[in-house]
Amino acid sequence: MSKILVGLKRVVDYNVRVRVKPDGSGVVTDGIKMSINPFDEIALEEALRIKEQGGATEVIVVSIGAAETQQQLRTGLAMGADRAILVQADSAVEPLVAAKVFLKLIEKEAPTIVLLGKQAIDDDNNQTGQMLAALWQRPQATFASKIELAGGKAKVTREVDAGLETIEVDLPAVFTTDLRLNEPRYVKLPDIMKAKKKPLDIIALDTLGIETAGQFKTLKYEAPATRQKGIMVKDVNELIAALKQKGLV
Amino acid sequence: MTKILIVAEHAGGKLNAATAKCVTCATAIAGAEIDIAVFAADAGDIAAQAAALAGVKKVLTVENAANAEPLAAVLAPQVAAVAANYTHVFGPSTTFGKDLMPRVAALLGVGQLSDIMAVESAYRFRRPVYAGNAIVTVEAPQDKKLVATVRAASFQPAASGGSAAIESAIESASAAADIPTHTRFVSRSAPATGRPDLQTASRVVSGGRALGSADNFKIIFGLADKLKAGVGASRAAVDSGYAANELQVGQTGKIISPELYVAVGISGAIQHLTGIKDARTIVAINKDAEAPIFEVADIGLVGDLFKIVPELEKALG
Ligand SMILES: Cc1cc2nc3c(=O)[nH]c(=O)nc-3n(C[C@H](O)[C@H](O)[C@H](O)COP(=O)(O)OP(=O)(O)OC[C@H]3O[C@@H](n4cnc5c(N)ncnc54)[C@H](O)[C@@H]3O)c2cc1C
Repeated sequence: MSKILVGLKRVVDYNVRVRVKPDGSGVVTDGIKMSINPFDEIALEEALRIKEQGGATEVIVVSIGAAETQQQLRTGLAMGADRAILVQADSAVEPLVAAKVFLKLIEKEAPTIVLLGKQAIDDDNNQTGQMLAALWQRPQATFASKIELAGGKAKVTREVDAGLETIEVDLPAVFTTDLRLNEPRYVKLPDIMKAKKKPLDIIALDTLGIETAGQFKTLKYEAPATRQKGIMVKDVNELIAALKQKGLV
Repeated sequence: MTKILIVAEHAGGKLNAATAKCVTCATAIAGAEIDIAVFAADAGDIAAQAAALAGVKKVLTVENAANAEPLAAVLAPQVAAVAANYTHVFGPSTTFGKDLMPRVAALLGVGQLSDIMAVESAYRFRRPVYAGNAIVTVEAPQDKKLVATVRAASFQPAASGGSAAIESAIESASAAADIPTHTRFVSRSAPATGRPDLQTASRVVSGGRALGSADNFKIIFGLADKLKAGVGASRAAVDSGYAANELQVGQTGKIISPELYVAVGISGAIQHLTGIKDARTIVAINKDAEAPIFEVADIGLVGDLFKIVPELEKALG
């Protein structure tokens, strides 16, 4: 029995142009499309491929969020996960709290691999996987673009600023995904029907016995500074002239 | 007393420019005392470069063969040990810092603040969220150590001319730190040479999906050479194999702030725009007059890139 735990966060869909609420209390989410964080979808796809190639026997998708997050977990089940766990929380949790939640679930499920997205496209924090690996005292291979498993170890190619870096880690370990790891599969209609029968357990966040309060206070949200309206030029000569005027050529 | 420890990023004996930008961020906190820690197999040259940054009080070196490669699992316990006497621990929000700093924070039992773009006070900062579509002002508790990454594109590098003292911190680092062996370095792709580095280049020319092939992408390199510019790419161009992954600009690639950014055949998706918002001048070349890139461009030219780029190259002589 070897299990893979996959984190799925419910976020504003990546195609939505996010707007700040006029009172600065947050961003507009009413009536806006919500989806699985794209990096998490890649994490799930990778877990499914590992299982399909015999590297694992069970894929469990986990989310921390409000009751509506069941939608994203059902999508995860339709993609092929075996079961789902929703850790129900009424407000967003900070990455350190999320890592502590995962650690609790790890104690119970004893996975050999935990796959998370490298960042969630709402808070853009890029922290949870690294924090979890620290608390679990296990290796982390972040920003993975290739994962090869062999004999209790994994060779992981990582996308770093300098290019590609390969490291080897002992399992169990935490992997966080980058965009080029894989292309997630599409969900088929019959799978959506099947997913309805798969188990989805709900656990209340405050029953886990961890400190759930955040440490940072968000005082306000603002729209970013807008750039000044530019000019359109007709041809290369005008472009060169405009660049000259700015002292750029 | 605010005491800030900055974790140096370096490769090949050279201090990464992002470290000097972290120093500038730290100096924006009034009255802060700023030290830099260099974790390396051989810290000599790097420590000297760090000591020359204006505003730095002390450079701490932790030399250990295990520190030859920047593995977060190996470095984090040592950073956490050295951090004991500091109120703040900063690292750059490069892939190095993003990999390392959350691990350090968790070892210290605290949260982490990502991508500081502006300092309001020692415990109040601004940072982007939602791919830069919103900016939040965040307050951190004063009774906890503040671990954070600094968004390099938001700060100028600190000037040189400093002369900080260099001290070894090997004892405090290795006494407390249990260095794991479960993570091992294997290899790294050879760094590209001969062209300005994308992250620090003052000019960048980027190509998008429109280039259509790796072979066609060469015209981007050609134009970049004429402008003495670094080369970037959209995700679509990287995914399609026209350009190397380290050239990706955007939310999940590099966030850059050049004087001049030339976007060629790039539509201007939000995820791409977030990487170039701090560019001084944006030039867009796209055949679709409705492309969103024109909304942020300072100079826009509608037309076929395969005609315009060669013309432009020629005109630049
Ligand atoms: C989670 C997530 C993260 C992402 N992160 C990033 C990121 O970091 N960076 C990034 O870039 N993208 C990122 N993306 C992808 C982003 O959404 C876009 O898909 C991508 O930026 C599009 O690249 P493009 O502009 O090259 O391609 P397209 O959108 O296909 O645009 C091509 C453009 O070329 C123009 N064109 C075509 N032919 C010609 C011609 N002959 N001459 C002139 N113009 C021509 C077209 O008019 C069009 O505007 C991310 C997406 C997701 C979901």
